[in-house]
Amino acid sequence: MTSDANPAIEVNDLTVAYRDKPVLWDVDLRVPAGVLMAIVGPNGAGKSTLIKAALGLVRAAAGQVLVHGRPYAEQRKLVAYVPQRGSVDWDFPTSVLDVVMMGCYGSLGWLRRPGRKQREAAMQALEQVGMQAFADRQISQLSGGQQQRVFLARALVQDARLYLMDEPFQGVDAKTERAIVTVLQQLREAGKTVVVVHHDLETVPEYFDHVLLLNVRRIAAGRVEEVFTEENLRLTYGGRVPFLQRRNGGGGDGDVRLAAARAG
Amino acid sequence: MALPDLFSDYTLRTVALGAAALGATSGALGSYAVLRKQSLLGDAISHAALPGIALAFLLTGSKAPLVLVLGAAIAGWIGTLVVMRITGSTRVKEDSALGIVLSVFFGFGLVLLTYIQKRPDASQAGLDRFLFGQAATLLQRDVVLIATLGSAAVGVALLFWKEFKLLSFDPDFAASMGFPVRTLDVLLTSVLVVSIVIGLQTVGVVLMSAMVVAPAAAARQWTDHMGRMLLLAGVFGALAGVSGAVISSLTEHVPTGPTIVLCLSALVVVSLALAPNRGLVWEAVRQARNRRRMHTHAVLGGLYELDRQHPGASHAHATATLEAMHPGARHELDELASLGWARRNEAGDWAITPAGTAEAERRGAWPAGEEEE
Repeated sequence: MTSDANPAIEVNDLTVAYRDKPVLWDVDLRVPAGVLMAIVGPNGAGKSTLIKAALGLVRAAAGQVLVHGRPYAEQRKLVAYVPQRGSVDWDFPTSVLDVVMMGCYGSLGWLRRPGRKQREAAMQALEQVGMQAFADRQISQLSGGQQQRVFLARALVQDARLYLMDEPFQGVDAKTERAIVTVLQQLREAGKTVVVVHHDLETVPEYFDHVLLLNVRRIAAGRVEEVFTEENLRLTYGGRVPFLQRRNGGGGDGDVRLAAARAG
Repeated sequence: MALPDLFSDYTLRTVALGAAALGATSGALGSYAVLRKQSLLGDAISHAALPGIALAFLLTGSKAPLVLVLGAAIAGWIGTLVVMRITGSTRVKEDSALGIVLSVFFGFGLVLLTYIQKRPDASQAGLDRFLFGQAATLLQRDVVLIATLGSAAVGVALLFWKEFKLLSFDPDFAASMGFPVRTLDVLLTSVLVVSIVIGLQTVGVVLMSAMVVAPAAAARQWTDHMGRMLLLAGVFGALAGVSGAVISSLTEHVPTGPTIVLCLSALVVVSLALAPNRGLVWEAVRQARNRRRMHTHAVLGGLYELDRQHPGASHAHATATLEAMHPGARHELDELASLGWARRNEAGDWAITPAGTAEAERRGAWPAGEEEE
């Protein structure tokens, strides 16, 4: 595969520790360019930490992360970040449009203020997530799903090649989930790479083509139909996978690829 | 003294100008501390500045405002760095670190102040005014210093408007885009330090933090726009500064800090209570109105149900029946009548109107008995 020659993300021997407790242990990962990848794993598995380490927001005890072949610090303009919705104060005195325009602060550089061009880019991003009617709304008046779409729009304004998203589906309504999935697929069709920390195992085969199973160590990574197996999930979640127990109540063959047929 | 003296009396004018300049600066820049949930930082900085003032005097023997302010700024800044260091490298949380720095630095400052006052020469007189502030001692050179440093601090904040806003709202996102968050943090904190130390002579180290937090907290009540919030906080700070400083200068032995704080408290109380949207009074009014509307619709639903149970005619029902279903219903019935959704016949009984029926059906049916269980 040609994309493998220049992976969007290459993680080598990454170890991150908070105090003396390892959060990520010797993780290797290659994310091919142009894929839609989910990072799944139990709470405390280091999913968010992996993204933050890739962005240089937490310091790695060992190892390195390359973005399109070079250290992140040199490739910032290629990367957009969607933090967890709960990481900011939504009572901050600012408007939706203002928050979305923050996505262009990086390309503006020091001291320059956003102008008409940035405004138009922000409006376009809001339209893409179906929030253009909310541009002048104070952000404290948004629902959780709307907050998440505003964050997504802010990342779209960054016009990056690689999108790192920390739980964009956390606590959102069905309508927002569909809107976000549509945007993710549009990004992939445009040749971008999207990596998403994800919680809902049932929707993994439906939404994503690649998956990383993570529990402090890398359990497995690759194409969903190859690595999203019952055995790997048990290894990741330590045998307690309510999703699997539901699915295999009748002692089925355990092929979780069938999860895509969850309507049945 | 009468109010016109404010404009003719030289001393009073100096005091008012100085207090306005420092109030505007600390009010506007204090907004950042409030928005970043670092309200206690102002308190730590101002207390930590005291030993700096004392040491600057001990080392130079001078009481020139620039010397003392410089000493205060250095000490306040070191205090802040110590807080950042403690939170960064130990398990001590930020609030504890602030408490430690505040009390240790302030205690050290008090010791130095006592030592200075016990010295035989008379040149030390007046340093203790830095505890509670004494606006009456402001001279023109002090005002010039306050205005210069204040404008410089506000200028830096305006220059880095976009960066400071992003830092305050979402520092992780700022870092992901390559902004040096740590450096910006130090810069913003330095600006805050400047806005605090220029007020110490007037307001005093003990209560200076009120000048940082209160105007911003009051201003936040009135607007959802960050620029307007800073502007309004500056106006509030200046207003409280002038009124407090002038009141205390007109009266013997009234320290300025506490007087300003009383003026600020009045502003905060009014803002908390009366501001539209966020004010407590309007919140209560809104809730009462909502409750009233829900009751009104519940009674309309009751009328609708009664009407459906007795179909055919537009049947009237005794007020007592409706009172039994909805205690206090007569008020809601009057409200419904004024909306044209119910009417009263000569016997004083109530019936739903066609408009009321339409409204009830539009609102969705009230399942019978739901309101009563």
